[in-house]
Amino acid sequence: MTRKRRRLYVVVLCMTALFSAAALVLTAFEDNLVFFYSPSDLATKGLAGERRIRIGGLVEEGSVLRDGSTTIRFRVTDLQTALPVVFNGILPDLFREGQGVVAEGRMGPNGVFTATEVLAKHDENYMPPEVAEALKKAGHWQDGMAK
Amino acid sequence: MTVSLHRFANPARFLKIAALVLPWASGLTVGLLGLGLYLGLVASPPDYQQGESVRIMYVHVPAAWMAMFVYSVIAVASATALIWRHPLADLVAQASSPIGACFTFLCLVTGSLWGKPMWGTWWMWDARMTSVLILFFLYLGHMSLSKAFDDPVRGAKAASVLALVGVVNLPIIKFSVDWWNTLHQPASVMRLDGPTIDGSMLTPLLLMALAFTMYYVALLILRVRAEMLDRKLRTARLAAVDAATVPAPAR
Repeated sequence: MTRKRRRLYVVVLCMTALFSAAALVLTAFEDNLVFFYSPSDLATKGLAGERRIRIGGLVEEGSVLRDGSTTIRFRVTDLQTALPVVFNGILPDLFREGQGVVAEGRMGPNGVFTATEVLAKHDENYMPPEVAEALKKAGHWQDGMAK
Repeated sequence: MTVSLHRFANPARFLKIAALVLPWASGLTVGLLGLGLYLGLVASPPDYQQGESVRIMYVHVPAAWMAMFVYSVIAVASATALIWRHPLADLVAQASSPIGACFTFLCLVTGSLWGKPMWGTWWMWDARMTSVLILFFLYLGHMSLSKAFDDPVRGAKAASVLALVGVVNLPIIKFSVDWWNTLHQPASVMRLDGPTIDGSMLTPLLLMALAFTMYYVALLILRVRAEMLDRKLRTARLAAVDAATVPAPAR
C-alpha cells in the first residue's frame, strides 16, 4: 500500500465516521430541533403550560376577527386541529387567511394561545399574479399548504 | 483517471489554461450579470403573493447556491491536498474561502432584508438560517486557520482538515427545510418533482446563478495567480537572503 493510498483510506474512513456521528446526533435531537409545533402536536403532546412555544399552521379561512383596536383573534389550523389565537400587535404584510403563519407565545389555561409575535410563512411557489389567477380558474389550485 | 487529473495540477499548465479561460469568464460575468439583472429587476413579473419584494430572490438565491458550491470546491481541493499533496489544491482552497465567505455574507444580508417585509422578522434561529450562519463561521475559521501557523504547510493542512469536517454542514443546509419545520420555505428549484417557480422567474434566476459562477471562476483565477507570484517572490527573496548569509562563518 502506497502512502497516497493509505492517506486516501484514512480520509474516507474519517469522513464516514463523521457523517455517521452527525446522522446519529441529528436523529437524537430530532424532537428538539422543531422550530414550531402544529396544533395537532400541541393536542397530543400536551405542551400547554408556562413554556414559551411557537405554533405554526394555516390561518383558518373566515376565522380572523378584528375588534377595532390592534387586538386580533384568529384560528391556526393544520387541517386536522384548529387552535384559537389572540394577538395584540402589528401583523406582517403576508398575513392573510389561508396562508402559513408562525406564532410565538404561551398557551392560556382557557385553551387560547396568546401570541407575542406573529410571523408569516410563505410557500415555495413563485408565479406572476396572472398565472395564479389562471390556475384558480382552471381549478388546479392546490391550497396554500404550508409544510 | 488520476493521471488525467494530475495533469491539471501542474502549475505551469494551470497558468496556460487560466490565461485562456479568464477573458471568457470575465466577459460572461459582465454580460450575464447585465442580462440577469435586467430580466430579474425590470422585465420579470411580480409574485402573486410577495409582489415586488420577490426580486430580492435574484440575488439571494444565487448567493446561497454559490456559498454552498464554493464550499464544495474547497472540500474537494482540501481532500486532494491532504491525500495527493498537490501544491495547486491548497492554493485553490485558500483562494476560494474569502470569495465563499462573501457569497455567504451576501446571502445572509439579502435574506434578512427579504425576511423583514415578508415574514416580519430580520432573523430567526430556524434550522436553515442557523446552518447557513455556521457555514459563514466555517469560512472565517478556514481563512484564519490557514494563516495561524508560522509554517504555511502546517496551516494549509489544518485548514484542509477543518474544511473536510465542515462538509457535514452542507447536507444539513440543503435538507434542513425538509427534515424540520422551519420558517424558511422548502426548495423551489432543486427538488425531485421539478421547479415550483414560474418560467418567467426561473430564467433570470438561472442567468444570475451562471453570472455568479463565472464571477467566481474569474476571481479564483486572479487570486490563485497572484498567490503563485507572491510565493515565487518570497522564494526569490529567501534565496537572496541565503546567498548573502552564506559567506558568514558557521555557527
